[in-house]
Amino acid sequence: MTARPSPATTPDQGPSGRGNIRVGVVTFPGTLDDRDTLRAVRIAGAEPVPLWHRDKDLKQVDAVVLPGGFSYGDYLRAGAISRFSPLMETVIDQARAGMPVLGICNGFQVLTETHLLPGAMLRNNHLHFICRDQKLRVETSETAWTSDYAAGQEISIPLKNIDGRYVADERTLDELEAEGRVVFRYLDMNPNGSLRDIAGITNEAGNVVGLMPHPEHAVEPLVGTGRTDGLGFFTSILKKLVNA
Amino acid sequence: MTLDTVKHATETPDAEQPWAELGLKKDEYERIREILDRRPTGAELAMYSVMWSEHCSYKSSKVHLKQFGEKAPESDALLVGIGENAGVVDVGQGYAVTFKVESHNHPSYIEPYQGAATGVGGIVRDILAMGARPVAVVDPLRFGAADHPDTKRVLPGVVAGIGGYGNCLGLPNIGGEVVFDPCYQGNPLVNAGCIGVMKHEDIHLAKASGPGNKVILYGARTGGDGIGGVSVLASETFESTGPAKRPAVQVGDPFQEKLLIECTLEIFKENLVAGIQDLGGAGLSCATSELASAGSGGMRVELDTVPLRDATLSPEEILMSESQERMCAIVEPQHVDRFMAICEKWDVIATVIGEVTEGERLEIFWHGEQIVDVPPRTVAHEGPVYHRPYARPEWQDALQADDAAKLPRPKSADELRAQVLKVVGSPNQASKAWITDQYDRFVQGNTVLAQPEDAGMVRIDEESNLGVAMATDGNGRYAKLDPYTGAQLALAEAYRNVAASGARPLAISDCLNFGSPEDPGVMWQFAEATRGLADGCQELGTPVTGGNVSLYNQTGETAIHPTPVVAVLGVIDDVTRRTPIAFAEAGQLLYLLGDTKEEFGGSAWSDVVHGHLGGLPPAVDLDREKLLAEILISASRDGMIDAAHDLSDGGLVQAVVESCLRGGAGARLVVPDGLSAFTFLFSESAGRAVVAVPRSEELRFTDMCGARGLPATRIGVVDGEEVEVQGEFRIPLAELRTAHEEAIPGLLA
Repeated sequence: MTARPSPATTPDQGPSGRGNIRVGVVTFPGTLDDRDTLRAVRIAGAEPVPLWHRDKDLKQVDAVVLPGGFSYGDYLRAGAISRFSPLMETVIDQARAGMPVLGICNGFQVLTETHLLPGAMLRNNHLHFICRDQKLRVETSETAWTSDYAAGQEISIPLKNIDGRYVADERTLDELEAEGRVVFRYLDMNPNGSLRDIAGITNEAGNVVGLMPHPEHAVEPLVGTGRTDGLGFFTSILKKLVNA
Repeated sequence: MTLDTVKHATETPDAEQPWAELGLKKDEYERIREILDRRPTGAELAMYSVMWSEHCSYKSSKVHLKQFGEKAPESDALLVGIGENAGVVDVGQGYAVTFKVESHNHPSYIEPYQGAATGVGGIVRDILAMGARPVAVVDPLRFGAADHPDTKRVLPGVVAGIGGYGNCLGLPNIGGEVVFDPCYQGNPLVNAGCIGVMKHEDIHLAKASGPGNKVILYGARTGGDGIGGVSVLASETFESTGPAKRPAVQVGDPFQEKLLIECTLEIFKENLVAGIQDLGGAGLSCATSELASAGSGGMRVELDTVPLRDATLSPEEILMSESQERMCAIVEPQHVDRFMAICEKWDVIATVIGEVTEGERLEIFWHGEQIVDVPPRTVAHEGPVYHRPYARPEWQDALQADDAAKLPRPKSADELRAQVLKVVGSPNQASKAWITDQYDRFVQGNTVLAQPEDAGMVRIDEESNLGVAMATDGNGRYAKLDPYTGAQLALAEAYRNVAASGARPLAISDCLNFGSPEDPGVMWQFAEATRGLADGCQELGTPVTGGNVSLYNQTGETAIHPTPVVAVLGVIDDVTRRTPIAFAEAGQLLYLLGDTKEEFGGSAWSDVVHGHLGGLPPAVDLDREKLLAEILISASRDGMIDAAHDLSDGGLVQAVVESCLRGGAGARLVVPDGLSAFTFLFSESAGRAVVAVPRSEELRFTDMCGARGLPATRIGVVDGEEVEVQGEFRIPLAELRTAHEEAIPGLLA
């Protein structure tokens, strides 16, 4: 089943009081999926705003996406250096204050490095880069980025990474499960050895979400896998902000 | 430590020089002395030796390659032809596309990961240097036998290198090939292609004009990698202070390349460069001499300003270093500050290393002392040209007489069924998903088709849905049997693949992989293949825009099969009209387009079932290929077909199985009158495709084929969950899937 996208009309008034809902997309050196993510934001009907890692200013955006890629060449550890960029300081503060933040793939790795989300990503258990159309179950619609999905809904979106194996200690995993903070689980096959098939998680407040697969590559029927199952991420945030 | 300056060289005319160790012939060394009217300095000798190498000068192949220009068809599409970093074609709506295929064969055998990675990096910089944003890559690969232990060393390294580098650049990998043959055991072929897109006005050329303009080297620091043979010179001319042995294979850093791409595109956007060149083979020697030679001729470089990774490098080594991720730009003085600011933004090191000068000499200085003073054209463009002897090998007749028609054919339906499973599950015919799933095919969000489709296709304009497609093909077995026909079959197959996807073929690039040019038999193969390709391109109306020649692919006396690989670029006005290979909708009618003949020479069947290579390859009819392409393109544009798959190695049954597995639907086939089931399934006649036609379009489609004179035979229907050949056998899709998809992981994972 495909997520129902909201009508792609632009709301007149956003919460920031300047008209459009503005969703920022961060470019670090080595970010790859920034342009795709900007496009996905636009297709969903929000205003995409490019953000640069060296700036501190978030340009009055209403939400932020940290896209995929190999920021700083994944030197040291994936996401380890980006986490210290000037922009991330502001993003961390704003996320703690409730701003919706989505981390995709390398963005998820950055979020775990900042400790906005618990756990860490290790190299895939088979040691290869893997690019595939991946089936997921949306475990909860109670986050800023999944409200347009139904809990239990199955979606397929591309997965592509080499460091995608989610790990955390048993207590953290139990907590995530108990608090309903596992947002996505791999279905049919676990592509990287992630513990408990976890593909994505959220923070306690539900405003910060991170996942390894790529919703921004599944927003148009024409390209990628030919499905639009990822569009719901971007329509979810748009709806939340319009209704805020 | 004595610096071998121009002055010193003039004063010591009789000093011994290691020209032979650097790969120069005696007469070549004499010619350098003649050009300079003195002995060359060490730095000059190094520059000439590397620029006059086979790899840089095309000295053995040049006389044959010129046919590509002489026989070039009239084409409105060609904006920039052979000779630049890459050719450029017009694809309409103000867009231009640049593309090229190159080889990185030898480095990839020595060090598979870095060899393949830097192959990707090099071709991407070639495309970038034309002014284009790289939008996709493809990788035609050839390895030794799939079950040979060394293949398990080379292939995973090459694949990881391509993925590790390409994935980090954010370029979707949309196509290519993987072929196994024992002839590539000691000489894997790692070819890499890239497509870039720009607006017409953004085309940039590699030339240095305008005295006073600055020469800026930017990107990675220069290190000791890729120096290879030149270290001989360093150790003989100088007292060695650095490490004696340097790695000959370059080491890549995709993160640096990604920054270089974004930085360069921003520089182009602000129109800050007058000329640009990437640094690849022969490093700064090549970039400075080619820029100066193609421009007004004069350039002065202060070599000691080049940022180094290793402070002990000698000037010769700096000139020769093939350190990756570097570019050289010619910038007017008033733009230098802005150029530097953009580099700083992207954390890219940029250094003014010299300037364009009046006059026609390339002059290089080391701490104020002149070490190079040459006419740049003699280095870059006026290297030696060889007319190497060539002769048809004695064994060629016997090979062609060893006809595949005499091979025993299956005697029963059961045997035929078993052979079908054997062929579709053989390493060459099996699914390559285990390999291609290690490449990112989704990034940039414009991938419309990617492997295992017939052609890769990307959208280049989101508003109009304009797109481009590319297919690469080559069949060394065919070319071994007949190099002229083999080259045309490679061209025809890539052309057909592009048309099957719905795109109109526009132009080609080629990567010509052969053995030693010093062997007259190999040289004959090369001459025949280039002649075949040039004639074919003339007939199909697709000019050669550029490419690459890789010679000396041999182990001892044994050369690889002659392997011309052809990349065809096509354009499609509306990517929503593209045709995939998948049979997905039950009830659709299957039509076989073209004529099926008894053609098994060089076939997959003869290889897999009999281990045989002999006879003649399938005949080529380029008029038929053109007609077939027109039908496929029209049918796609007008919505008459839902799927199309070209027929090539493995024949009809291979195509049907791939299309069924891709779409998850079965097929029921009827053997047409006048054909045996065996010939129907395994013949490799060229100029054919299989298409799935919705019932509502059948009449319109068959009328079109009839009116234009293309044979179209109804051969069955999409249905069920098995491939059935009526009266012969049935094979469930699950059984086919196991055979087709588990072969490669079983051998290599």
